[in-house]
Amino acid sequence: MNKKAPDNKGHFGVYGGRFVPETLMPALIELEAAYNKYKKDKTFVKDLTSLQKDYIGRPTPLYFAKRLSEALGGAKIYLKREDLCHTGAHKINNALAQALLAKKMGKSRIIAETGAGQHGVATATGAALVGLECEIYMGSEDIRRQSLNVFRMKLLGAKVTEVNVGSRTLKDAINEALRDWTTNVRDTHYVLGTVFGPHPYPVMVRDFQSVIGKEARQQILKAEGKLPDCLIACVGGGSNSIGLFYAFLQDNVRMIGVEAGGHGIESGEHAARFAGGSLGVFQGCKSYLLQNDDGNVLGTHSVSAGLDYASVGPEHCFLRDVKKIEYTYATDDEALKAFELLSKTEGIIPALESAHAVTEAVKTAPAMSKDSIIIVNLSGRGDKDVQEVARIKGIEL
Amino acid sequence: MSRITQAFNKLKKAGRKALIPYIMSGDPSLEDTKRFIADLDEAGADIIELGVPFSDPLADGPTIQRAHERALQRGTTLRKVLTFVREIRQTSQIPLILMTYYNPVFKFGIEAFVKEAVSAGVDGVIIPDLIPDEAEDFIKLARQHKLDTIFLLAPTSTPDRIKKVVKASTGFIYYVSITGITGAKLTVGDPMKDTLTSIKSNTDKPIAVGFGISNPEEAAEVAKLADGVIVGSAIVRLIAEGKDIKDFVRSIKESLELKG
Repeated sequence: MNKKAPDNKGHFGVYGGRFVPETLMPALIELEAAYNKYKKDKTFVKDLTSLQKDYIGRPTPLYFAKRLSEALGGAKIYLKREDLCHTGAHKINNALAQALLAKKMGKSRIIAETGAGQHGVATATGAALVGLECEIYMGSEDIRRQSLNVFRMKLLGAKVTEVNVGSRTLKDAINEALRDWTTNVRDTHYVLGTVFGPHPYPVMVRDFQSVIGKEARQQILKAEGKLPDCLIACVGGGSNSIGLFYAFLQDNVRMIGVEAGGHGIESGEHAARFAGGSLGVFQGCKSYLLQNDDGNVLGTHSVSAGLDYASVGPEHCFLRDVKKIEYTYATDDEALKAFELLSKTEGIIPALESAHAVTEAVKTAPAMSKDSIIIVNLSGRGDKDVQEVARIKGIEL
Repeated sequence: MSRITQAFNKLKKAGRKALIPYIMSGDPSLEDTKRFIADLDEAGADIIELGVPFSDPLADGPTIQRAHERALQRGTTLRKVLTFVREIRQTSQIPLILMTYYNPVFKFGIEAFVKEAVSAGVDGVIIPDLIPDEAEDFIKLARQHKLDTIFLLAPTSTPDRIKKVVKASTGFIYYVSITGITGAKLTVGDPMKDTLTSIKSNTDKPIAVGFGISNPEEAAEVAKLADGVIVGSAIVRLIAEGKDIKDFVRSIKESLELKG
């Protein structure tokens, strides 16, 4: 493993870096300095650890999914239950930490983009908890798909601003959040929700999410007396997956990231950046990107709003190049089947994002021996998706 | 010496300020853009900025975002704009700057882009999401082929950033008058004066101010502090409304000639 990645300007090999308007550079430099200071600050670490325990509910359980494992007839499948975090997904691990950091930095306002709404809810929650003004940008297409989360953010005191340009999804919400940040950079912190964007976000968000893997590693050693054979997580921007994988990077463990295959790669309607993309520069960093020959960013499609994004975290590209992580994809149909399978076999309704990871377990587990172990990151709960799934199935609620 | 530097030198000798209008290539069509360039030239533009459309223009406000969308819908690409500039050069020698985002250039290939831009007759490039720190290769190629690289400074810029951007810029330095996006509300005040003074203490390169300058009064005020004035959204808006741009640009030009 190359431990030099990233370099001091946020480059993971050829990926990453900082591609932003000059106006934002001082803010990024300030953020990097503040993050480097507070991650070693005893009070900050103590405050964060105590909130992780008492507020988020960490450690989250590592649950042996016995009936699912039996149904698939192969490896033992464990679920890392990030769906049991306060607000229902792993997003709170990062959002709360950044809200705390923003408060320490003396900012009065935080903003964020959201796709599925989970990061928006998590940021609004963090803002309410530490006492900051909060505005969330969300594409109108996502607002339609995730109306429940929109109302939750409003209940939490956040202003939700609809983004009606471009594809009206996550990428457009990020553009708008960046425009807001460029305008209000002096008093505002941008709580980016994934391991993407300009340095230091990919590193900082990874660190805030790495608690997932640290816990899971200890938990599996306690439960099974050995490390797992395989880790599986879905990859939108890539924060829950890197959060799980990071603590295992020095181990000999197979790791699989699952992108959104949408209607299939041939259809062109997907968000599988590794299967269908090429190197590009987008929203602050260099990475794999779904783009046309002229360098314009293509529209994406996924049944899951949280995976519906044209690019992917730069560290993922790097770890793929050094063959540490494999990447595959699951289609909408496969994810919807896994959504129902987990609900019926385990009584756990997963987020559609997490259902993509479950799909890969369904494909991988049967060929593995009964004493081998898979950990699937169950990154979020599916309550937010129930309405959309009913709509897709043509059921009127 | 580049066309841009020549233009600034000539203006400086005459005690005048540069008028730098921005229009979007291919909005609503490249044929119209050709006509607008002639209009701008006639109305007294000293240098013209040609936008190249991109799907995600994150430094732009709503007016120019919509221009990007319209130009893309008409099939305008970086390649087509380069061919277009080659055509323009048959009849016009006005300094031309391309303003686009980094990904279209990166996808084109930076070496191929620099060579083709220079051979087509492009004089300089502005890429708002490319900072000097990430532009080492680009700057090297641009110097080699004599393409001006114009980087941006902002009201938030620290002394360190000013030094870095001043060093990387040729032709002129683009000072973004506001913390914000194109077309936002301008305030000319002490913070702008202070930052401009600080930039000037670092360099003799010309400084042009843009973002938010929407009328002759604002242009005149900014011109007192800088070597050039960039006007974008206000012109793009007129084009979107199908209105004439010549009179407006002429009125800005006249405001720059008034001695303060």
